[in-house]
Amino acid sequence: MLRVEDTEQAPVEFSAALIAKFDDIKSRYPEGKQKSALLPILHETQAEFGWLSAPSMDKVAAYLDILPIEVYEVATFYTMYFMRPQGKYVLEVCRTGPCCLVGAEKIMDYIEQQLGVKEGEVTPDGLFSWRGVECLAACGFGPVLQIGPEYTFYENLTTQSVDTLIADLKAKANN
Amino acid sequence: MGRKLLLEHINVPGINTLEVYRQKGGYAAVEKALKTLTPDEVVEEVKKSGLRGRGGAGFPTGMKWSFLAKPEGVPRYLVCNADESEPGTFKDRYLMTYIPHLLIEGMIVASYALGANTSYIYVRGEMMPQIRILERAIAEAKNAGLLGKNILGTGYDLELYVQPGGGAYICGEETALLESLEGKRGNPRIKPPFPAIAGLYGCPTVVNNVESIAAVVPIINEGGDEYAKIGIGRSTGTKLISASGNLNKPGVYEIELGVPVEEFIYSDEYCGGIANGKRLKAVVAGGSSVPILPANLILKTINNEARLMSYESLSDGGFATGSMMGSGGFIAFDEDQCIVRNTWNFSRFYHHESCGQCSPCREGTGWMEKVLHRLEYGHGKMSDMDLLVDVSKKIEGNTICPLGDAAAWPVASAIRHFRDEFEWHVTNAAEATTRNYGLAHYADPLPKVEKAEA
Repeated sequence: MLRVEDTEQAPVEFSAALIAKFDDIKSRYPEGKQKSALLPILHETQAEFGWLSAPSMDKVAAYLDILPIEVYEVATFYTMYFMRPQGKYVLEVCRTGPCCLVGAEKIMDYIEQQLGVKEGEVTPDGLFSWRGVECLAACGFGPVLQIGPEYTFYENLTTQSVDTLIADLKAKANN
Repeated sequence: MGRKLLLEHINVPGINTLEVYRQKGGYAAVEKALKTLTPDEVVEEVKKSGLRGRGGAGFPTGMKWSFLAKPEGVPRYLVCNADESEPGTFKDRYLMTYIPHLLIEGMIVASYALGANTSYIYVRGEMMPQIRILERAIAEAKNAGLLGKNILGTGYDLELYVQPGGGAYICGEETALLESLEGKRGNPRIKPPFPAIAGLYGCPTVVNNVESIAAVVPIINEGGDEYAKIGIGRSTGTKLISASGNLNKPGVYEIELGVPVEEFIYSDEYCGGIANGKRLKAVVAGGSSVPILPANLILKTINNEARLMSYESLSDGGFATGSMMGSGGFIAFDEDQCIVRNTWNFSRFYHHESCGQCSPCREGTGWMEKVLHRLEYGHGKMSDMDLLVDVSKKIEGNTICPLGDAAAWPVASAIRHFRDEFEWHVTNAAEATTRNYGLAHYADPLPKVEKAEA
């Protein structure tokens, strides 16, 4: 949910490299249909900043020559866009039926216990947050989780593989 | 062994590259279609094949193509629906991951048939790795002159782009997908007009599932009549089945339509039986939206005939005793699974994914989730089952898009077939929070499979 106080946020700068990515995306659509670029551009923006602040969405609106509300209404509709800061690594665990048949709920409990934060919260070191998400289309390889912005999949999860994953990510962050 | 038309080369090392894909006969359908067939002849072959949409609705693909309006001076679009999100379905992700050129080849042939010069593959945003795979494959194809201007010197031009979604089940509905592709919220459109008349940017548009488009490749290579010889009755060709749940070998299987369900579950060629030596309790045969069936009804129809993996056989008996092929998401439940909990889980999914446009779905999915939650957690009432059926009936058929039906069917069917388990959750509320109801009388008639000694 986008709240009024969230609009009081630090301004952001879009790098030339990011704008070049935007330009490439925009070229995929017919003249005058640049609004089609909105979803992919929001993914690029989130990959750069970790979430979508109101100033970043306003800049996207200006870039696409559309109203800010057209960006907000899209960003809040789709589940992949974060409306507040997240951990560096967001563990998104599938919580839908088929994964639950093979133990997804236990995996979520275990992740909560290992990270020591509730769903949606960020660990004090800023490294991790986690949440349950709906079906990730990997039901035959459940339980599964994904980590953006590359959305790498981790399949057939066990408590041991979760331990390894968290340890690897910590090591990666400290390098 | 059944014939494999889509996944035949899936295990060939490097099949994701253009070079190996071509060595295995890849892009022959593009050569054949663009050089020897007119666009209408391609449509005719697809019609003859009897191919039915593989996304879930099962509507004949060739017929859908023939509805496309062709006004002068207006562009036409082909959009591939790769927003695979139906719980239990993961075949498109598999296909795009391992054999991306098959989809691209199909897109070229289908775009040519429809007269589209710009086409999009709308992939769900969570499949970022698959988006990168497709983009690489498109670049390879373009370098080889299979995309872009004047493809293979035939004068046909096609640009192909990959579009990421934003994480919304509803965008699998074709008009919501088009809204999303236009950069808007995924609210389904009121039909008519259908996309064939006014789709992307108001232009005539065809939206097809990944597997449907991939199937065009063998149809063109072998001819529509040959394709139609595979399968059974009006269920022609092969189908990718995503098998998940409590199976020994979950995964994606290509079957010739018409394989008996029993063979699909228990034979070593497919799922290899129920995991951990357990017994089968229930199956959702076509993705979470289709009615759940207890083991006895999924293995045999009410007339005691073997049920087959085909559009007709899976729906035999209507909703009273049958189900649907849907998207081919085959979810197996073993004796330890709780039907109430699973129904609550699916209801939460539909509540979460309702776009909120239509009141019956926006409100009704939430009510169903709440009532199922209280049943599962020991606070249910005996009147809740009728309440759930009543709510589901008031959603079904009263919404702009089929998400309402998809939310209603799993609840109504679970209560239809497993009512005693729901009632047990009320009469034995405390016990129900500590253990599951178990197999009861739903048991599959098959004896426990004893593993043969090696």
